[in-house]
Amino acid sequence: MAFTNADYRDTQGLVRFGYARLTEACFLLLRIEDTAAAGHWLESAPVATAEEQKPPPERALQIALTCEGLRKLGLPDDLLQGFAAEFLSGMSGDENRSRRLGDVGVNAPEYWQWGGPNDVPDLVALLYAQPGLLEEWKSSVEAGLTRSGFKLLRCLPTTDMGGVEPFGFVDGVSQPMLDWERRRDVSGDQLTYGNVSMLGEFVLGYPNEYGKYTTRPIIPGHETGGLPAAEDVEGHSDFGRNGTYLVIRQIEQDVRGFWQFLDKQVSRDASKRQTLAEKMVGRQMSGDSLVPVIDQSIAGVGPDAQDIQRNQFTFDGDAEGIRCPFGAHVRRANPRNADYPAGTHDLLERLIRLLGFGRKSIRDDMVASTRFHRLLRRGREYGTKLSPEQRLQSQPPDEEPSGLQFICLNANISRQFEFVQSAWIMSGKFDGLNEEGDPLLGNREMVAGCPVDKFSLPVAGGVRQKIQEVPPFTTIRGGAYFFLPGVRALRYLARIAKFD
Amino acid sequence: MTPQSNIMVVAPIIAGREAELRQLLSSMNREPGLADPDNPLVPFGKIATLHYARFVVLEDKTREDLLIYGAPLPNAINSLAFLCDCDGTADALRRDLVTHAEAGLRQIFSFCASFQSGADLLRWMEEHEQRAATTYNNWLGRTAKQVREEEALRKALDLRLQSIIGRSPRQVWEELRGFVGREKAAGKLTLTPAAPTPLLWSIKNLLDCIGVPLLLLLLSPLLLLYLPIFLIQLRIHELHDPVIAPRPTLGHAKSLAVIEDRVITNQFSAYGNVKPGLFRRWTLASLLFAVEYTTRHIYNRGFLARVNTIHFARWVFLDNRTRLFFASNYDGGLETYMGDFINKVAWGLNIVFSNGVGYPTTNWLVMGGAKDELTFKDFLRRHQLPTDVWYDAAPGITAYDMERNSRIRDGIEQESMTDDELADWIKLF
Repeated sequence: MAFTNADYRDTQGLVRFGYARLTEACFLLLRIEDTAAAGHWLESAPVATAEEQKPPPERALQIALTCEGLRKLGLPDDLLQGFAAEFLSGMSGDENRSRRLGDVGVNAPEYWQWGGPNDVPDLVALLYAQPGLLEEWKSSVEAGLTRSGFKLLRCLPTTDMGGVEPFGFVDGVSQPMLDWERRRDVSGDQLTYGNVSMLGEFVLGYPNEYGKYTTRPIIPGHETGGLPAAEDVEGHSDFGRNGTYLVIRQIEQDVRGFWQFLDKQVSRDASKRQTLAEKMVGRQMSGDSLVPVIDQSIAGVGPDAQDIQRNQFTFDGDAEGIRCPFGAHVRRANPRNADYPAGTHDLLERLIRLLGFGRKSIRDDMVASTRFHRLLRRGREYGTKLSPEQRLQSQPPDEEPSGLQFICLNANISRQFEFVQSAWIMSGKFDGLNEEGDPLLGNREMVAGCPVDKFSLPVAGGVRQKIQEVPPFTTIRGGAYFFLPGVRALRYLARIAKFD
Repeated sequence: MTPQSNIMVVAPIIAGREAELRQLLSSMNREPGLADPDNPLVPFGKIATLHYARFVVLEDKTREDLLIYGAPLPNAINSLAFLCDCDGTADALRRDLVTHAEAGLRQIFSFCASFQSGADLLRWMEEHEQRAATTYNNWLGRTAKQVREEEALRKALDLRLQSIIGRSPRQVWEELRGFVGREKAAGKLTLTPAAPTPLLWSIKNLLDCIGVPLLLLLLSPLLLLYLPIFLIQLRIHELHDPVIAPRPTLGHAKSLAVIEDRVITNQFSAYGNVKPGLFRRWTLASLLFAVEYTTRHIYNRGFLARVNTIHFARWVFLDNRTRLFFASNYDGGLETYMGDFINKVAWGLNIVFSNGVGYPTTNWLVMGGAKDELTFKDFLRRHQLPTDVWYDAAPGITAYDMERNSRIRDGIEQESMTDDELADWIKLF
């Protein structure tokens, strides 16, 4: 059922590239104060596309808008209603959402530095540049924005930490592979873990892992206003095609708190400290998995040898959680399972499972199939990079806090980002665990009168080791849901704004 | 073994008094949607056999969907529903309710058209009860008291384990058994043994267990003859039934979200019209009858097909089988619940709910339907009602927790354990 191929030229580059070579980056949070002028700027803003360029670019600009930004530019309400309810509401716009995301207590949006109620930006301009080029380019972009009536609310700076996140772990090691060629067939159950995702999981206008099209704004008329045609709705144009949702969350990390807590747990033994940290994260500091690599290949992993070394595994090889604890961050964020529990292959086994039988243990079949809940991550670190020695010392005054500008792309915020965040990361009951949330991101807030502040490490042939009263290591400082439009949609939007 | 029972009192509300009733109901909550166990109207906490209870105003917001069928519009009278899931008999529960909550229940039911101020509360409730077509109980015989006792046991053992380091599983087991013995003697822990199973219940259960398949066996030649006709009728319906699943309005979505995700378990109440015509009504009734057999005899040990997060659920026909009401109590958020159902039991959802007006198109009753993920989620939310009052006797304890706690208790009470059993048991902590 392949329709036209994906259009790299119409898709913004961040969907395809992480821009790892463009190690300098900053994100400008903007407010629109002059709609027509903003339209002029957007009409010719040089957004980088997903086309491969030779030589690779020195700079890349990406533009994404919140619901309020789209409204201010003049997108009519009936089109706006084509977006997902969570995008329209915003990350901080609903108490129930904040409860589910864990944005409660000190992480509540009312305390955020940006993105809280009444403080949601209209637009974000993401600037990526090769070392040495950002400062000058940023000034010229800012000047152009000011001339076009944009107000700079905040610049989110980033720091190149050399591929390592603030706690010291190699990051960005695992990403889903997008089926750009549109060869993937999801008409049947997927019985093994694969790392390839339907294009529609990350780009609107294409079929997702259910083989269906995620709702997005559609306009009657063929190629109205230069927009691409809607594949699934005859005679209509697709404002969302080649676009996607972009989630930003500013996660401040208490690097010293993390390492000093671990240090106390292991009575200052350096190698035990590293091991414990790796158990909490779920990967070695080098980026390698805690679970040994398997022989069979996994679709979407490799052929790069380092990718195979880091990602050719599932947790079937660690069913007891001895190597990688059940509650480790990486195991929560991507449980790497298939549509049926491990070991289900032939038709009879599937029928037995379908009816709910064949459980091998009380913990069988607890976690939902991962392929419906993948995230494409594009985060960047910020703040001071600390050396291993510095991490164990007390914080000097005026030190810039460090953290992660967590960024992810997905076509269905509710089923992807929000699901992973609430059902897997924040849940104190994930995978049969109890009273423990994600060791890195958990907010340690009480739920139903019970603390959620433990971390358990299964021990072979013995009682699980349980670390008690784990303090929170991260705080949310800001966040928002953006729409990263296709290029034609962006220009269409610009034209609406110019004539509004 | 103490079996569970349930009741559902349904009565139309006096026209124009609904807003006042809703206010009265919300006064019973300590947070939106969460009942205060000690609220002065119906002190749920005082009834030790209660697992879950709820008050929900049944409002048919989708009745106009029937216009598409050219069918007569159903009445627009809203009713009050009061549901309870409890241990022991429904009779005993009704008496407990009258003992602990007579005044409050009278005040609440006074908003119902048929409730006379001097009426016999017990008799009135019985007269207005609606039996469920199908009920689901996660674990047959697990009492509310057992849930509380086993959670207290688990907590005490978890605390004790913090000071036991570097022992073999057998040593740990013996140490914990000793500890529990001492705590029980000191009155700090109680582990009530199971009550004897009521004989009458056992007999009825056995008759049902054998009788239903026997009945089906006897009817099987007729059923087989009807099958091809059924399939043709089914396909004609499936090809013509309209799908009605617009995105829920912001106001409706908000009214549902404000009462969700405050503790780990959530409530779900849904209401809708059965597709008009005898075919759909009889298909639904037959399927619910079949599902009831499975929930009564097969799916009563922790899971309903592949889903193990539902505590109690029921499907109730109303208004002469033209409407269906569904209530459940489940762990985790609605997105997880819906996602789990779509991925694991879409076929189960389809066979029942495809008989409801507006459900996403199914093929051969089991395929399609819920697999149209976004349409299905919109459909579900559209038919969902905000539950005015919801009581959970064991907040924060999931169905999995309950099973795990029971296994821990079984291990403690067992006189001997093999090394393999011990290895498995020790992993429960």
